[in-house]
Amino acid sequence: MRTAVVYQPAAEFALPPFQRRIISLTIYLGFAALAVGVINGFAQALNYAGIDVFQYYPGMRSYYQGLTVHGVFNVIILTFAFANGFVALTTARGLNRPLNSALLVASLASLATGAALATAAILSGHASVLFTFYAPLQAHWTFYLGLVLIVVSTWLTSINIFLIVHAWRRDHPGERLPLLAFISAVTYIFWDIASIGIAIETVAFLLPWSLGLMATTDPLLDRTLFWFTGHPIVYFWLLPVYISWYAMIPCQVGGSLFSDTAARIVFIMFLIIIPIGLHHQFVDPGISPSLKFAVAVLTFIVFLPSLLTAFSVMYALEIGSRRNGGTGVISWFFNLPWADPSVAAQLLAMLAFMLGGITGLMNASYTINLEVHNTAFVPGHFHLTIGTAVALSYMGIAYWLVPYFEQRELWSRKFALVQSWLYFIGVLILARGLISGGLAGMPRRTAISLIDYPKLPGWREAGIVTSVGGSIMFIAAAMFFIEIGMTAFFGKPARIKDIPFTDTIEPPASEGFFVSLDRFRYWIAASIILCLIIYGPLIISHLPLNRLSVGYTNY
Amino acid sequence: MDRYERIFFVFSAAMLAVFLCALAYLTVGMNIHLPGSAGRIIPHDGESCGLAVLTTPPFNHPGLKQIGPGEYEAVMIAQQWFFYPRRMKLPVGANVTFRVTSPDVTHGFLIPGTRINMMVIPGYVSVETYRFIRAGNYRIICHEYCGLEHHTMSAEVIVQ
Repeated sequence: MRTAVVYQPAAEFALPPFQRRIISLTIYLGFAALAVGVINGFAQALNYAGIDVFQYYPGMRSYYQGLTVHGVFNVIILTFAFANGFVALTTARGLNRPLNSALLVASLASLATGAALATAAILSGHASVLFTFYAPLQAHWTFYLGLVLIVVSTWLTSINIFLIVHAWRRDHPGERLPLLAFISAVTYIFWDIASIGIAIETVAFLLPWSLGLMATTDPLLDRTLFWFTGHPIVYFWLLPVYISWYAMIPCQVGGSLFSDTAARIVFIMFLIIIPIGLHHQFVDPGISPSLKFAVAVLTFIVFLPSLLTAFSVMYALEIGSRRNGGTGVISWFFNLPWADPSVAAQLLAMLAFMLGGITGLMNASYTINLEVHNTAFVPGHFHLTIGTAVALSYMGIAYWLVPYFEQRELWSRKFALVQSWLYFIGVLILARGLISGGLAGMPRRTAISLIDYPKLPGWREAGIVTSVGGSIMFIAAAMFFIEIGMTAFFGKPARIKDIPFTDTIEPPASEGFFVSLDRFRYWIAASIILCLIIYGPLIISHLPLNRLSVGYTNY
Repeated sequence: MDRYERIFFVFSAAMLAVFLCALAYLTVGMNIHLPGSAGRIIPHDGESCGLAVLTTPPFNHPGLKQIGPGEYEAVMIAQQWFFYPRRMKLPVGANVTFRVTSPDVTHGFLIPGTRINMMVIPGYVSVETYRFIRAGNYRIICHEYCGLEHHTMSAEVIVQ
């Protein structure tokens, strides 16, 4: 094995303290949302065992109001806040350049205002429409406006990122963009294209419809626009974590990323293959099965970059382990720095992601989807992906990020380690319960504790397992907040100047085809063309719009 | 790219290709199909979606109909928060085509133990066919959140 380092990250760079503060506030806003989200998650888990605790939650009117909080807070406010803060930071660090302070503040303000509007609408009981907000269920207009502002905050962050990338390129003509900045910028270019669907849905249809400016809307078109964004959105949750897995974890375990080019290819593949949201609509009427099959094929293709990631990240881990005396075909894995909670949390997140990936592939498998669509299998799957691969990685990242923000040492490594393991064990139990319940036909998004028909065989056991797992996850999540709270207020003061990130053994290509990976405009064009190929005929054949639905607010 | 990377890439792609071939076989070889375009409900000027459902055949006469020997058609309405008809009796071996629409919001239509699983969206007709080869009580469950009493929305199919 070659271990010579031929590409060093640039010398130490410190972000201006004001910008570091704004970024930390953005991420803390996300963690605050997570806290509210998991409190409602706990009640969701108990629901599956037939225990209805929502009636005791102050201000909560129904299970579905709680489920809306759980979804919106955990997968919209948390994830967007984390991405806005973290990816802005990694771009700045990758380029050794400060960001635009005004844009940073504007992005945080937009996010906070949007989150406040959506929260007010949900908590007052005027938006119990879940995070998918399918029309004709209609929320109060402030809910949609809140979502628009949250998306605007990501666009403001994009502008910030693109401005410094542009400035860097002006100063470094002909040079390859540094890897960390490259994968950060691609994450936001990807999201900007992907977010167009939800932007059109809310601005052109749902917002005027909820304001009474438009009497009716077309539910299938709204759904289709939602899922145009709704699948890529999961990669927008995931890619900031991939940034950590590719660029930071190798450094944290004392290794190096092997191939710069492979990492870039993976991110560019995500950028190109955006239009796969139709696989959430496999059992929808009004969409032709042949188009659905085409999208199944595309979805399988987008599984490739994740398989490549498994290879690259595993290789980087192995390099780190062997540099520190790891041996054997498998046993090197146990020689990784498992005592470092930041590393342990993310390694466990990766293990959960393997199961999450497999179950995700099952969801995407065209006819197999008939067995699992909208059953508890689906939350079983995505608690392994967004709920662990992403959320537990956020926690692992927080274990170096909060000390970096606060210039304090982590309060207790042991406590953080126990936290990570407990969360991992909890999610495995929860997912086992949900997956078996789903295979027994237990629907998702349903107040199982309140059903008025007898439970089907297998539901009872599945529900108990789910609630046990969910309770363990809840305890682990509470421990996370204790850990970062204690770190922020009582951690030993320290000087932490830089964030961890890796070098690569194989440098970026200096000639040939792979140089053009940096020419974003080609890949943006390819992405848009693919979107038009998949969605163009669908939208055209759907016209004229079938605007027949007035809003329903009986939730 | 490195040699190992290339081998891994080819192996991964081949694995996914094999999975896709299996799925194609399920569809073409075993005749398992997903719902597709099976008609729309289009209201006349000023007509509500609910009224349009009531006046559009076959939904103006919902219910279970025998259309041939062992062949049935179940014309069903999914609405907040019940299915109509609420209960259907079928003989073992009945081949049933479910034809479902919604006059109000989006619903789900799942029968655990079968491969009937579809969305019911206002303005569209959802169709799936299934042969009940085992006797038993099957439950039709709404699996898409449709408002306050969503969890009480179910119906029964009794196969004997």
